[in-house]
Amino acid sequence: MRERTLLLAAAAVLVVVLPALNALPSPLVSDFTLNLFGKFLAYAILALGIDLIWGYTGVLSLGHGVFFGLGAYAMGMHLMLEIGTKSVYRNVLPDFMVWNRVAELPLFWQPFYSGPFTLLAVVAVPGIVAFVFGYLTFRSRIRGVYFSIITQALALCAWLMFNRNSLNLGGTNGLSGFKTIFGFTLNDAGTQRALYVVTALALCSAYLLCRAITRSPAGKVLVAIRDSETRVLFSGYSPAAFKLFVFVISAGLAGVAGALYVPQVGIITPAKIGVLPSIEMIIWVAVGGRGTLLGPIVGAFGVNWMQSILTTTYPDLWLLVLGGMFIAVVLFFPDGVVGAVQRLVDRFTAGGARRPAMAAGPPRLAEDAERPAKAVEIKAR
Amino acid sequence: MLEALREGSVYTRTLPGAAEETVIVGDKVTEGDKTLVPLFSAYGREPIVGPDGKPLLVDISSLQEVSAGRSLRLALRPLIDAFSGQSQLGDPDPAVRKAAATKMGNAGDAAALPALTEALGRERDRWARHAMEEAVALIGLRSPDEAARVAAIGRLGELRSINALDRLRDVGAEAAAAAPVKQAALDSVKRIERWALVTGAIETTFQGLSLSSILLLMALGLAIVFGLMGVINMAHGELMALGAYATFVVQGWFSAHLPNAFDYYFLVALPISFLVAAAAGFILERGVIRFLYGRPLETLLLTWGVSLVIQQGLRLWFGAANVDVTSPRWLSGGIPVMVGVQLPYNRLFIIGLAAVCVSVMYVLLFRTDAGLRIRAVTQNRGMAACLGVRARWVDACTFALGAGLAGLAGCALTQIGNVGPELGQNYIVDSFMVVVTGGVGKLLGSILAALGIGGLNKIIEPSFGAVYGKVLILAFVILFIQRRPSGLFAAKGRYADA
Amino acid sequence: MTVGASPQGSIIYLQDVTVDYDGFKALRDLNFFMDYRELRVVIGPNGAGKTTLLDVISGKVEPTAGRVIFGKSTDLVGRRENEIAALGIGRKFQTPSIFANLTVRDNLELSRFRPSKGVFATLRSQLDGEARRQIAETLETIGLADKADERAGGLSHGEKQWLEIGMVLVQRSELLLVDEPVAGMTDEETEKTARLLRSVAEERAVLVIEHDMEFVRSIARTVTVLHEGSVLCEGPVDQVQRDERVMEVYLGRSREASHA
Repeated sequence: MRERTLLLAAAAVLVVVLPALNALPSPLVSDFTLNLFGKFLAYAILALGIDLIWGYTGVLSLGHGVFFGLGAYAMGMHLMLEIGTKSVYRNVLPDFMVWNRVAELPLFWQPFYSGPFTLLAVVAVPGIVAFVFGYLTFRSRIRGVYFSIITQALALCAWLMFNRNSLNLGGTNGLSGFKTIFGFTLNDAGTQRALYVVTALALCSAYLLCRAITRSPAGKVLVAIRDSETRVLFSGYSPAAFKLFVFVISAGLAGVAGALYVPQVGIITPAKIGVLPSIEMIIWVAVGGRGTLLGPIVGAFGVNWMQSILTTTYPDLWLLVLGGMFIAVVLFFPDGVVGAVQRLVDRFTAGGARRPAMAAGPPRLAEDAERPAKAVEIKAR
Repeated sequence: MLEALREGSVYTRTLPGAAEETVIVGDKVTEGDKTLVPLFSAYGREPIVGPDGKPLLVDISSLQEVSAGRSLRLALRPLIDAFSGQSQLGDPDPAVRKAAATKMGNAGDAAALPALTEALGRERDRWARHAMEEAVALIGLRSPDEAARVAAIGRLGELRSINALDRLRDVGAEAAAAAPVKQAALDSVKRIERWALVTGAIETTFQGLSLSSILLLMALGLAIVFGLMGVINMAHGELMALGAYATFVVQGWFSAHLPNAFDYYFLVALPISFLVAAAAGFILERGVIRFLYGRPLETLLLTWGVSLVIQQGLRLWFGAANVDVTSPRWLSGGIPVMVGVQLPYNRLFIIGLAAVCVSVMYVLLFRTDAGLRIRAVTQNRGMAACLGVRARWVDACTFALGAGLAGLAGCALTQIGNVGPELGQNYIVDSFMVVVTGGVGKLLGSILAALGIGGLNKIIEPSFGAVYGKVLILAFVILFIQRRPSGLFAAKGRYADA
Repeated sequence: MTVGASPQGSIIYLQDVTVDYDGFKALRDLNFFMDYRELRVVIGPNGAGKTTLLDVISGKVEPTAGRVIFGKSTDLVGRRENEIAALGIGRKFQTPSIFANLTVRDNLELSRFRPSKGVFATLRSQLDGEARRQIAETLETIGLADKADERAGGLSHGEKQWLEIGMVLVQRSELLLVDEPVAGMTDEETEKTARLLRSVAEERAVLVIEHDMEFVRSIARTVTVLHEGSVLCEGPVDQVQRDERVMEVYLGRSREASHA
């Protein structure tokens, strides 16, 4: 019960209190901060998806930047088209196309004039890509590290492709310079506030969706897959089908996150699609606490906030800190922040006695629980 | 002298005695607000020395410039070319002779013909001869005499002169040309084009081979670390970068302290980059990785963190920009094997290096006691330890070995690529693809995979471009893994089921 | 008898099954069958092909040649493991593979039989009274009722084995494949396991692989001895134990001098 009230309170703060403080005549929360938080909340949605596929199901995808990017670009394309003739070149075509001497709008851009189509594409495009990719890989039992490496290669390829001008997606400079969103002036404080609220609400919905999935029997199957995929198989389930399901959902969430990111940040470039950003997303979840749904949200918020602060004051330090976080999380805090807090709480309540295991607690002995021989190996050292 | 005139470096100065001397000035040196220049004699370009025997530095304002107007300069140019060309035809270095001949041929000036024919008579070097013959024929191409033209065209065809291809095509299309000339031209063009196909194929094969060798060098270290030990080392690329930067440092040291032996820096850099990377690998293994055996996803994340730290460290120490590594002379240039095909020495070296490394690894792992211990520990650590093998030491050494190989790869890479903090990132994904395709635990698999992926890359590249080539390769690997999830060869060792 | 139907009454029938691993034949023209509700123990020296036998039946390995018929006429060759499991063949592994991070109860819940184990069916599935009762019953049978809400990873080795047996039971398998159930168990646990398996075999067919001859004698009626991929001999325990061929295969060539 206590947990529930805490969650509701947190949601209320995010969705209502913060924007209200911003809307005051002399705002207690600045536009800049609200906008920053909006970005973090979008990241949190992305992190939730990653937690589903990695924290719960044990499948490490190093290519979620691709799905995030697909959603972001979809929204970005619509916003570019919305600029219309208010751009620098005063042409219906986006500026970069005029610059590249593109004569007319490529076919695949056309549908993005439509708002509803864009909203659909934001979820559908990453979803379909995830489906095809996941189908091909999960079905052939590509697992563990192999899968991760292949997703990384996917991220690299996507990055390479999106950087090409010939793809007509803005090349290295990406899409930017948006003026309006669905008719509302983008840079207006009111619009940004509304976007923030939408993002916060989306996060809450995403959270509820993930919670529903993880608490259902299917959620337990996911954890089971992480623990012992063979046993799941021999119990009559098709692990590939479950993995595919979750993979697609996480891709959809990533797409939504991307679409919410773009209007708030104002630009999307291939730099968000590649190998490094994809692996940064993993660290948010790892630091926050994988296998818990709050962990990724905390992690996304916290790590990005830290990045925000560090890159302005000590830019040279940031990569070192990030690298250090990877190392620290793996060696010393595998449960992340939320896991550590949970253990502290456990210690102070019921004397740490046998606590009914939650269906998705932070994993002990993480991956490879399937090979107890290995566990013995490690202990024997 | 004429060159100097064209450059604008000719001045006159007034000597004591009011005579005028024409001099050529050298590079400017600024001292305070005066600009000083060393002086050279106008003809012969010998440095003019002062009473103390040292080159004279004179204030430029005390000299009078001899200017050369634009028209003069334009007129000078062909003269200069002709003179230098003629003298270069007699230069002791065959490469210079060859270049001079080619230049004359391209200029097509009939006046150069006698000089060329004379040089041809004396010439012994195969390639210089070829260039000179080609030049003669190219000049003959422009001759008004039809028979001479046909003869020249035929000769160019025989010589398989790719250089002349465009001109021959023009001749074939020329409206004013007579029929036999046109026909000869078309024939020669066809001949040369066929030859070009052959050379093209050979070049592609060679490039594929050299790319594969690079991938192989990188993948070899990775195959040992990943394949034998099951450790995903995302910092492998950075170990490579460490090797490359070590080479850079060695180069710098040689430039500063042993400039005469500069060309030998590379030979010293090879073992040093191996050792530097191996040491880093050793520390890495002892420090963090040994806690994570059996947990590949964790090692993946951790080593990625390490790679970020190393990258940033390199950036902070050496700067974010690429650093310059010059090839030693004995690695520059290449062997001309056939007309139109030149095999660069540096790539040949890399292929050789890769071959040597693979053989040494094979012998080490499969024919020595040390190798036996390595294989024992990686297949069954507990048992090996019971039998008296110092498992922890072997672990660290094996990892260091793999790391050292990465360092070697980095050293080799300095000769053909850019060296910057992101060096590792460019190759890490490719290396892993090789290991994944080749199959964990089998050296032979990695070799074949490297050859395959490198070769495929080069074949696809001309048609699709490097980027789409990479995408296609990825798609290919995914589909390939479908049919053979364990890679080319079934896995052995620790990860028989991964 | 129609082509493809097994000898009357057998639950599993392997006909001329060969499993060839690049030249090494793990199973060699193996012919094997079991009756419904039979408890059979398969023994044999290491490398005889016992685990491969289970692999073939459960679908982990596809035979290079031969047929595997389940029940009346269901051909198992080429089917995926989860399909075969859904058909009613449950497998318990040598090293207990349970879901360590779920509770004991959850482990059973996940394994229990359901008409469809697809993603959407599982999302929506509910535990009705019947299912709850079944799980409670199974918990009693395997003796873990008091630890139902504990994290499965915290159980002892023996308890994990029983949990896995429970998971297979709750699947409503008609044929249980049990690989070395008492490896690593204490005497007491071994006896408990023997009782468990005997009671299980009253309702189902159970195929057990074991090395522990005490245990084998306490549960087996018929024993099959495998050697180098084929059946060496089959029959009641005592008979098999006295068989010369079996002794030779286990102990090496019998001495000519007068030793027992």
